[in-house]
Amino acid sequence: MLCQECRKRPAVVRVTMVVNGQKVEMHMCEECARKKSELDFLTDPSLPLQQLLGGLLGHEHAQGAQAGTTEPEKSCPGCGSTYRQFTQLGRLGCSECYTVFGDELRPMVRRIHGSVIHEGKVPARTGGDLKIKKEMTDRRIALQKAVAREDFETAARLRDEIKDLERQVAEGHAAEQGREGR
Amino acid sequence: MRPEEATARPSALWVTGSGPHADIVISSRIRLARNLSVTPFPHVLSAEGAEDVVRRVETAFKALQAEGRLKDHTFVRVDQLPPLNRQVLVEKHLISPQHAQEDKPTALITDPEQTVSVMVNEEDHLRIQCLLPGLQLEKAWAMANAMDDALEEKLDFAFGERLGYLTACPTNVGTGLRASVMLHLPALILTNQAARVGHAVVKLGLAIRGLYGEGTEALGNMFQVSNQVTLGQTEEEIIDNLHGVTEQLVSNETNARKFLMSENRSQIEDRVNRAYGTLANARIMSSQEAMQLFSDLRLGVDLDLLHLRRKKTLNELMVVTRPAYLQQLAGGELEPLQRDIRRASLIRETLRLTDLPPTGEPGGDQKTR
Repeated sequence: MLCQECRKRPAVVRVTMVVNGQKVEMHMCEECARKKSELDFLTDPSLPLQQLLGGLLGHEHAQGAQAGTTEPEKSCPGCGSTYRQFTQLGRLGCSECYTVFGDELRPMVRRIHGSVIHEGKVPARTGGDLKIKKEMTDRRIALQKAVAREDFETAARLRDEIKDLERQVAEGHAAEQGREGR
Repeated sequence: MRPEEATARPSALWVTGSGPHADIVISSRIRLARNLSVTPFPHVLSAEGAEDVVRRVETAFKALQAEGRLKDHTFVRVDQLPPLNRQVLVEKHLISPQHAQEDKPTALITDPEQTVSVMVNEEDHLRIQCLLPGLQLEKAWAMANAMDDALEEKLDFAFGERLGYLTACPTNVGTGLRASVMLHLPALILTNQAARVGHAVVKLGLAIRGLYGEGTEALGNMFQVSNQVTLGQTEEEIIDNLHGVTEQLVSNETNARKFLMSENRSQIEDRVNRAYGTLANARIMSSQEAMQLFSDLRLGVDLDLLHLRRKKTLNELMVVTRPAYLQQLAGGELEPLQRDIRRASLIRETLRLTDLPPTGEPGGDQKTR
């Protein structure tokens, strides 16, 4: 019998693994068996979450099916991917998919991260006035804190800064091109 | 640096074994996932589409170099390297196993010290990563962040106001940040505390690898801890959280080591010296056995039970005794037995040439330096 992994060398060991909750038995050569059991240290961690995702999505998809949605499947105009493909692969086709399948994705994203709002870095150039908006949000929070501790001098400065930023946004962009659906 | 040097040099910066808490924290890593806007993600790209992504990144890279930036970095076409060289890049943690196996156009941007590198066309168009020795997450983040800023000047990234950086897998969306540390925790294993500590880490929203599953022992008591959540927290918050938990793990391990030294000194000394004896004399050495013995040896060095002239030796051995690296040194593919024989002889030579034999009497209170 040949090794089921490399299909080159003779199989000498039987390896039992648990894949997606299923017990799987494989006959392998010594070489491949060793490789299988050798966790690669230091490489980018592939999270158990990513493996879980398949199941998570399957569930969501099944729920949708039960609700009796019989409309033709929606596909992304950017890459042609469908939501079904995503549930199978666990990966989206392009950045546009996040807009197209926004409603379907949101509950799942919340379940993974406990949040649906990005709080981190905004790219300096591509981010455009998003960066300014983020600065406004940061200042509004600071303003509230300043008012709470009755530091009115700081509060006044922050209020002026927020006004400046608001003006910048209004001048820069009359029309908002919301790239991402609400 | 010429492209072939990317695979030839064993001495990535993380190998030096320096940095804060370097006795327990082997390395700190930051990874940022980035994608080009509009362009489909790598897994749905055709070969031509993937080639186009590689070209666009190369153009951006060259434009930056023309401005006198990223001068030490090189652009390497990974898909044009022979499989063995690619495997070496994997063992040096410059690219992931998936990236090495990809048959579509792929590339790597790296520097001679191999601290900040960029994988092109892995799961996402760009995976920026920074790997430093010891516990240096903040510094690694600063370096990866600078690379991100530089590339973003020349490339349009996929970014949404609400979801942040858009990634192929929704588990990375938001910051696209995965921060991780590689920890050597032999004393927690020896004192049977690893599982308990592992549960606590998971409860704090972090993932720990190496605790469960096959091959755990053979891994040489190495554990990887990383953040799970990438959305809804700032990069600094994610890094602070991991940093705090890591410091806690370091203190747990340190206490466990103290306990072992006060309660089981003879057994530890025996174990450490046996490891040295085996490594210095064995004629056939599998990579798994080597990893376990390196762990014992490392513990011995950390506890001052034996002395190596260069601490670096251990990390270097860890890289050069991996299967593909060994074969690259040998200049071609080797049968497993030949590989194990060569590994044993490489370890023997390295320990003999660069290091003193172990010192100290069992149970004695030696203070040799």
